[in-house]
Amino acid sequence: MTVELHSYLILILVGFLPSEVWRWLGIALGRGLDEQSEIILWVRAVATALIAAVVARIVFIPPGALAGVPLSVRVVALAVGFFAFLFIRRSAFAGVVVGEAALVFGAMMFGG
Amino acid sequence: MEQPQQQPPQPEPPQQPARPWPRVFFDGYATAIRSVFFYVLVGNYVGLGALAFEFGFSFWWMAASTLLIWAAPAQVILISTLTTSALVEVALAVTLSSVRFLPMVASLIPLFNAPGVRQRDLLLPMHFTAISVWVEGMRLLPARPRGERVTFYNGLGSGLISGAIIGGAVGFYLAARLPLLLAATLLFFTPMALLMSTARNARALLDRLAFALGLVVGPLVAWLNFGLDLMWTGLIAGSIAYLVHRWREAKSMKATP
Amino acid sequence: MKLMLQDIGPWFALLLIGFLPNEIWRLAGVVLVRGLDEKSQIIIWVRAVATAMLAGVLAQLILSTSGALALIPVGVRIGAACIGFAAFLIARRSVFAGIVAGELSVMAGAYWFGV
Repeated sequence: MTVELHSYLILILVGFLPSEVWRWLGIALGRGLDEQSEIILWVRAVATALIAAVVARIVFIPPGALAGVPLSVRVVALAVGFFAFLFIRRSAFAGVVVGEAALVFGAMMFGG
Repeated sequence: MEQPQQQPPQPEPPQQPARPWPRVFFDGYATAIRSVFFYVLVGNYVGLGALAFEFGFSFWWMAASTLLIWAAPAQVILISTLTTSALVEVALAVTLSSVRFLPMVASLIPLFNAPGVRQRDLLLPMHFTAISVWVEGMRLLPARPRGERVTFYNGLGSGLISGAIIGGAVGFYLAARLPLLLAATLLFFTPMALLMSTARNARALLDRLAFALGLVVGPLVAWLNFGLDLMWTGLIAGSIAYLVHRWREAKSMKATP
Repeated sequence: MKLMLQDIGPWFALLLIGFLPNEIWRLAGVVLVRGLDEKSQIIIWVRAVATAMLAGVLAQLILSTSGALALIPVGVRIGAACIGFAAFLIARRSVFAGIVAGELSVMAGAYWFGV
C-alpha cells in the first residue's frame, strides 16, 4: 500500500474539514445565505464550466459506439442541435431531436 | 435560523383528521409519475444507463449510483471520468457540481416544520432532493397540510427515482443490444441533454459565459495534457466568467451616479 | 502515483466519491436551517466516521512502506508515535510536547537502529 501526497490531502480533507465546515456554515449563517454572495457566484461559474467540460469530454473522448462516429460529425451535430434549440423557442426537446437526427445523418453519410 | 421565504406565505389548508401515511405516500408517488419531470428524468437516465454500459460499469453499480447519488450531472461526471482520472479530481468535480443542493435543501426545510418532525425524519426528504423533486415539492407542498408534507415529499421523491432507475435500466439494456449507429445516438443523448438543459437554465451572463468557456477550455486543457483537466477547466473557465461578471458589475455601478 | 479507480474498486469509489460529496451538501442544507444539534445522532455518526477515517490515514502514514519513512523500522515508528502520544498526555494535553517528543524519538530510533 503506497502512501503518497494524496494521503496528506485526505488528511487535510478529513481532519480539517469536518470541524471547519461547521464554522464556515456558522459564518454563512451569520451573514445570511445570500444568493448573490461572491463566493457562491464563483462556485456557480466553476460548476457550470465543469458541466461544459464534461459535455466537451464526451464529445471529444467518446466511449464505445460513439467513437465510431467521426469527430467532425459529433461536433457539428452538437452545434446543429444547439442552434435548433436556440431558434425553436429554446425548446430542449427540439434541440435534442435535431441534434440526434444530425448525428445519424452525418454518421451515415461520412462513415461510422 | 429560517431562510427568508421566497414566496408570500400561503394560507394553510384547514386541519383535517390525519390520513394514514401509506395513503399520503402513494399520493406523492402518483403525483410524481404524472408529472412531466418523470418523462424528462426517464429520458435523461436512458442516456445515463447507456453511458454507464459503455464505460464498463455493471448494471447494479449503475442502479446503486442512481439510488445513492440521485444527481444526473454528478453521475455523468462520475461515470465518464472515474475510469481515467485521479480519484481526487473526480471527488472535487462531483463536490462542486452539487453545491446547489445546499440552498435547495435549506429552502425546503422550513416547509416541513411541524410538531413531531424530528431531525432524522428530514434525512429521507433531504436525500430525495434533486432538481425535479425540489421544483415539484416547492410547487405542491404549500397546499398540503403540514403533517403530511414529509411523507408526501418522500412519495414524490420515490416516484421520480423509480423513473430514473427504470430509465437507467432501459438505457443500459439498449446500449448492450442496439446496432452500432443507434447505440452511438443513444450515447450522444447525454451531452445533448446536458447542453440544452444547462443552456436553458443559464439566464445570467455569468452562467452562459462559464458554459461557453468551459466548452472551449475543456478540450484545450485536455489536449495540453497536464492532468486534472476537468478541475483546471472548471477553475480557469469559471474564474474568467466570474471576473467578467465582476468587471461588468463595476462598470454598471460607475455608470449609475 | 495518484490514486485511481483500480486502487479502491468501483463500489468504494461510489460511496466515497459519488455518494459522500452529494450528501454533504444536502446535509449542510438541513444543518443550516435546523441548526447544529450537537447531540443529534446524525452529527455524532458523522464525527465518528470522520475521526475513524482520520485514524485510518494516520495509521497508513505510520505504517507506510514507501518513501523516506520506510527506511525506519516499523517498530521504531510505532514506538515513536506511542512516546509522542504519552508525552502529549503527560504534558497536560500539549500538542507541541507530543510532536517534539515524537520527532525526537523517531530521530533517535532511526539513528540507533541504523538509517
